[in-house]
Amino acid sequence: MKLFGFIIVCLTGGLLLYGTGELPDWGDPHSPASIHLSNDYIEHAMEQTEVPNLVTAVLADYRGYDTMFETAVVFCAGLACFLLLRDFRPKKEYYYRHVPTGVVLHVKNNERQIAPGKEFEDVDKDWVPSDTIIKTVCRILIPFIQIYALYVVAHGDFSPGGGFQGGVIFGSSFILLAISYNLKTLMKRVSEKFLGIFSAAGVLVYVGIGAFSMVLGGHFLDYSQYIPFFGEHHIRALGMLGVEIGVGMAVTAVMAIIYINIVSEGRHDEGL
Amino acid sequence: MTDFLPLIVAKYNYWLYIILMMIGLYAMIVKNNLIKKLVGMNIFQTAIILFYVSIGYKRGATIPIIQGDHSGHGAEAIIKAADYINPLPHVLMLTAIVVSVATFGVAMALCVRIYQRYNTLEEDELRMRLSEKKI
Repeated sequence: MKLFGFIIVCLTGGLLLYGTGELPDWGDPHSPASIHLSNDYIEHAMEQTEVPNLVTAVLADYRGYDTMFETAVVFCAGLACFLLLRDFRPKKEYYYRHVPTGVVLHVKNNERQIAPGKEFEDVDKDWVPSDTIIKTVCRILIPFIQIYALYVVAHGDFSPGGGFQGGVIFGSSFILLAISYNLKTLMKRVSEKFLGIFSAAGVLVYVGIGAFSMVLGGHFLDYSQYIPFFGEHHIRALGMLGVEIGVGMAVTAVMAIIYINIVSEGRHDEGL
Repeated sequence: MTDFLPLIVAKYNYWLYIILMMIGLYAMIVKNNLIKKLVGMNIFQTAIILFYVSIGYKRGATIPIIQGDHSGHGAEAIIKAADYINPLPHVLMLTAIVVSVATFGVAMALCVRIYQRYNTLEEDELRMRLSEKKI
């Protein structure tokens, strides 16, 4: 089987390498990919959309419909993870740590008899004392990561960035919190309900901006319909910013949903 | 051989991506462990993303962000397409990266479910467990 697979891979690779003879050279300005449509975008995007970042202009304006369904795909992935993994059965065993003495109690029945508070804290099965250095560094770092994520979202139309990237950075700050403290700390701050509503709201913001321009009498995602509200100046950039915020919200929440469900196997109590 | 080498040098990017792609394909075909198959799939996707981004490159061009005055009152300077790299592959791959992350997440969730039910991720053991269930 191994040899057979190796032969197939070598044959496919050989055929593909043989085919590279027809492809354009590295960095050739006259390659077929960069002589038709892309030149039109580069030369006219600035006057048509007033957005200097061409990637954002194509992503959120020329191909805005495509990106909308991309966001829907991300939302569906979060939903699929939730439906596959979420486990609502109560936990059978609990571990409590007596804070003053450091003794860990193992409670085996279903009911919670010890209320976690000042004296007892709820700990994971494979609990280890958390490192002060890591905790402190993460506590200082996480707000800056989140502000940077907001900057990346807000400046998507002038510099490299946008909703997808900013959303991923914001979501990774949640994951850092869960790694440096524990999953319960994250779940206390962002509840499951909040994440679900937030991801759906992100898709809704995108679709809503598109649909509302239809209400105003234009085409779907036609940002120029918003001129009566925001004025003519940079109206397309503003529309793209709104759309990017929607994308960022959806991506942030879905990143957190996928992470939380996979590490805790859907029980949302303990994990990596 | 003498005219073969410059051919590779001019197109070395395609050679690298095809080698990466074949590593991913080999892992998907041969490996027994589902997680290893997933890693192979990710390598394959990454190779294709790199391939697309390299298509967008133009020699002597800069990133596709229009430089100069951003006041936005018409285009004062004429923008030449040769000065900026092709934005289209970047847009397509931006969305492809997000989709690959999403599919990877769903695939990981499926693996977790399979492990919870059958206690293994090896394909031959899985097949054995499935045939046991039938009898």
